[in-house]
Amino acid sequence: MKDEQKGAPRTLPIQSATFSNPINAEIRRAAATGIYDIRGGGAKRKLPHFDDLLFLGASMSRYPLEGYREKCETNVTLGTRFAKNPIQLDIPVTIAGMSFGALSGGAKEALGRGATLAGTSTTTGDGGMTPEERGHSSKLVYQYLPSRYGMNPDDLRRADAIEIVVGQGAKPGGGGMLLGQKISDRVAEMRNLPKGIDQRSACRHPDWTGPDDLEIKILELREITNWEKPIYIKVGGARPYFDTTLAVKAGADVVVLDGMQGGTAATQDVFIEHVGQPILACIREAVRALQDLDMHREVQLVVSGGIRTGADVAKAMALGADAVAIGTAALIALGDNDPKWEAEYNALGTTAGAYDDWHEGQDPAGITTQDPELMARFDPIEGGRRLNNYLKVMTLEAQTIARACGKNHLHNLEPEDLCALTLEAAAMAKIPLAGTDWYPGKPGTSY
Amino acid sequence: MQTFDLEAEGLRALNATLHAQSAHTNQTHWQIINPKGSHAIAVGLDAPIEVNIKGSTGYYCAGMNKQATVHVHGSVGPGTAENMMSGMVVVEGDASQYAGATGHGGTLVIKGNASSRCGISMKGIDIIVHGNIGHMSAFMAQSGNLVVCGDAGDALGDSIYEARLFVRGSVKSLGADCIEKEMRPEHVAILEELLERGQCDAKASEFRRYGSARQLYNFNIDNAY
Repeated sequence: MKDEQKGAPRTLPIQSATFSNPINAEIRRAAATGIYDIRGGGAKRKLPHFDDLLFLGASMSRYPLEGYREKCETNVTLGTRFAKNPIQLDIPVTIAGMSFGALSGGAKEALGRGATLAGTSTTTGDGGMTPEERGHSSKLVYQYLPSRYGMNPDDLRRADAIEIVVGQGAKPGGGGMLLGQKISDRVAEMRNLPKGIDQRSACRHPDWTGPDDLEIKILELREITNWEKPIYIKVGGARPYFDTTLAVKAGADVVVLDGMQGGTAATQDVFIEHVGQPILACIREAVRALQDLDMHREVQLVVSGGIRTGADVAKAMALGADAVAIGTAALIALGDNDPKWEAEYNALGTTAGAYDDWHEGQDPAGITTQDPELMARFDPIEGGRRLNNYLKVMTLEAQTIARACGKNHLHNLEPEDLCALTLEAAAMAKIPLAGTDWYPGKPGTSY
Repeated sequence: MQTFDLEAEGLRALNATLHAQSAHTNQTHWQIINPKGSHAIAVGLDAPIEVNIKGSTGYYCAGMNKQATVHVHGSVGPGTAENMMSGMVVVEGDASQYAGATGHGGTLVIKGNASSRCGISMKGIDIIVHGNIGHMSAFMAQSGNLVVCGDAGDALGDSIYEARLFVRGSVKSLGADCIEKEMRPEHVAILEELLERGQCDAKASEFRRYGSARQLYNFNIDNAY
């Protein structure tokens, strides 16, 4: 350095927004290992979401209900189209499908306990139905997945509803893999495979290929179960208008729509972050499809992917959903990613709140594992109590908002109760930008 | 013998009637007439009864069968005996795609040919095909036995786990991780029993055995393509 340059002001080092530290770290990791990153959870990137919507509340033109004295109903019935026995739920927040295998038996039991206490349903996953889950769940939805692990007609008849999984928000178009670390004797037996080997879940069903075939598959399932069970079709947030239309055509009683924030047990990070749409962009399109078919409210719509609070529940319902489902939030309520295990998260090279290597089976909280010592840390009764508390709080929050909007039932919330904070949210949710009566693409307006 | 006219009485009445048969029913022999290619015939049965279907069927005939013997005197559409748990399904004619898909147990005998994806994701079922099978058969087959007295199409046993495949004729190609394996005396014994159960007059010595090389059992990026 020349003498005259010493002490002169210098340009600060600037990190590239394109080649950020996390991106560079991933490039180095890929270069060192030659394998893509696999993780659990849903999209972590910042996305337009329910936080970008606000309720307007009551005013001169709306009459509010008194916060604690006046009724605001929360019940919902799912499966009214064809099923002899629709599911009656006390609250519109359900527990999404998560497999025994990905989760411990105790965690599945806790989900059943909590859901039952709260008066709602829980859902099996890609591993069959366990007795503890059935036994502790007053309303259990049985997932019908491409792998058909553990699938049998007895469990089909024991279920309260059947959910045909076409896709999920974390990976529309993708299958799954349960790594060998989590394949205990019991998991292996339920899946008819040897212990310790990776268990692949196919990305599409083995015995039907499109909506015309699916219509016949649904006929078969209804015949086997005496037309008693509501049949849901679950799709990832890919093409919600057409997916919903085809699900209705195929004969669904309920459409479950999962945005890209929805979690998975294990998938490539590139899949989770780059395939699918955020749930905010999906709901109105699905509702539009139902309305075009004159099926809104006759075929119920359950949405999921990033539901965290009663405000999210209320916003999803105001956009036209009949109910929501939670997965990641339910695991957090049980104790997943709790800071009390911070030292152990650090030992795994991560931190509480960021832990997503659920597929490795080393979960310090004992929830996403099959390790007997780790599982012993988790108390299903306490977990169920916590989940029930959380579901109650979400419901109370949603009721608070609904009353403020003058609604005596959560189902009466409507798009007109909302405004959008950002142009993106306004466009995706078809809700006017705050302070205007306009959203991008609104019929009758020009750009 | 109970006779049920499907065309006259309808599918719902048929399956409800068959489901109503208990383990101790004395109405053990049923004949279904006028199937006319209908879907979901005799699905979800769970009693030791014998059902003879006089004609061809559509999709998912005898799906999820338990205990019952279903005999189709014709050909079957896609997904016959899918997810079968136990019992026996015999098809006198040909079977369309996905025959025996994901079956957990029982025996499926196809006296004609089976189309593509026969035994896909099978989990314990035994399938005996007197004729040929189509491409991608036994894809991700987990356990059970697939016996083919004729030829097999492309990509037999792709991504196979622990199922045993016995083929008497040619195999157009093997799928990923599927290899020919030694036919040891215990396999000959298994095959002889399967051939007898499947009413085949073929000799076990004429067959070759195929199964998993077990190279895809744990994730390895070098196997991706």
